[in-house]
Amino acid sequence: MVASAAVRLFGMWASPAVRRVEWALKLKGIEYEYIEEDLSNKSSSLLEFNPINKQVPVLVHNCNPIVESLVILEYIDETWKENPILPVDPLERAKARFWATFVDVKCREESRKAFFMEGEEKEKAIENLQVQLKALDEELEGKKFFSGDHIGYTDLAVGWMAFWLGVAEEAAGFKANYDVKFPNFSRWMKDFLAEPVIKDNLPPREKTVEFFRAFKQLGSCTKVNQK
Amino acid sequence: MADLGKEVKLVGSTNSLFTCRPRVALNLKGVDYDFLQEKWWQKSDLLLESNPVYKKMPVLIHNNKPVCESMIIVEYIDETWTSKGPSILPSDPYDRAMSRFWTAYSDDKFPSLLRVLMGPIPGDIPEAREQFVASLQLLEAALKKCSKGKIFFGGDNIGYLDIALGSHFGWIEATEKLAGIRLLEKETVPRLVEWSEHYFAHPAVKDIMPTTEELVAFVTEVKSTLSAPAK
Repeated sequence: MVASAAVRLFGMWASPAVRRVEWALKLKGIEYEYIEEDLSNKSSSLLEFNPINKQVPVLVHNCNPIVESLVILEYIDETWKENPILPVDPLERAKARFWATFVDVKCREESRKAFFMEGEEKEKAIENLQVQLKALDEELEGKKFFSGDHIGYTDLAVGWMAFWLGVAEEAAGFKANYDVKFPNFSRWMKDFLAEPVIKDNLPPREKTVEFFRAFKQLGSCTKVNQK
Repeated sequence: MADLGKEVKLVGSTNSLFTCRPRVALNLKGVDYDFLQEKWWQKSDLLLESNPVYKKMPVLIHNNKPVCESMIIVEYIDETWTSKGPSILPSDPYDRAMSRFWTAYSDDKFPSLLRVLMGPIPGDIPEAREQFVASLQLLEAALKKCSKGKIFFGGDNIGYLDIALGSHFGWIEATEKLAGIRLLEKETVPRLVEWSEHYFAHPAVKDIMPTTEELVAFVTEVKSTLSAPAK
């Protein structure tokens, strides 16, 4: 274990972006203090450390705050060299970053629309999401994980889909049908969730579904307070 | 048939400020490349094959392998040509995180605000201007911190965040002309104004940036083509 009392993580239990950071910290064996935030009543510490977005996760290391979960992942990999999560080769690193931003920007956008909207707009979002899932499915051809034999940066970045996509489907009443249409992706979801660092660090499913169901009923299409 | 062209190709457009990003990086590193100009109204087969997911430029093709997304390309260039030119990303992990954060922030804020201000999509211009100016204030403070007393976000040399912001700032004058408003004012963001003057005069930047007149003409052409009645 790498002892590092100077590491604090501000998070929220249901947030996929926060879990992503925790998975990385645990993969590297980094000790940290976790601070649970009530996003309807943010702490003065969170607002001080992230005055711009006022969002979680925020990693504070040696009193320096780092925000944006993918930025935090790269910071973690560059600061603690054990169990690297990004590959060494520049082309492989570029591909890893490409898929991470694809999922974070494009898949999240369509998932959000499928979750919040109804009727034709919902159907269109599901259709777009399936095109994206097909691309991810093809990328997984011949590989156990996006990063190869072991989970790495891309898996951690895509990881929210392994758990939260199913949660969103149940909470909002839609199906992206990946189990039928995208066998590689469906297999990856199961393998990813079975990894010890991941399965021991997921929120309780029913409670998460209830949370997102209530969130949808707020009726708002604004961004969730997490990145 | 052997590919007799240079080993580095860049698929993009001279009017595309996102294309400027890898061009600046390649210039900083002194890397020779073939520039393959795209037409904005018709994507080439090469672009569609090398970027099937987004179908967007720029795409760097190095030894026949494509790299997509402008700042991912910049980082690839920095990590591949390590012995050529200064590093584009800072060496300290916290400084690197700040460069990445402000890049993500700018890429999230500026394109949509600039589009509203230029008018291709409907929106509230005064509110967009207010948000834009507020973002500039944040960047003014970030510049003071990141530059550590030097001109560029990267210090003495152009770095990752300079390159990222350059592509948004390249649009500012054109937007000011098209919208008839002021956005970048010395009175409110003096460091950024000075940064902007130095950035666009830099040898790695000045010859590849489209002029304000070219950008205004480009936007006018796109608007009139897109609003022309269907035949």
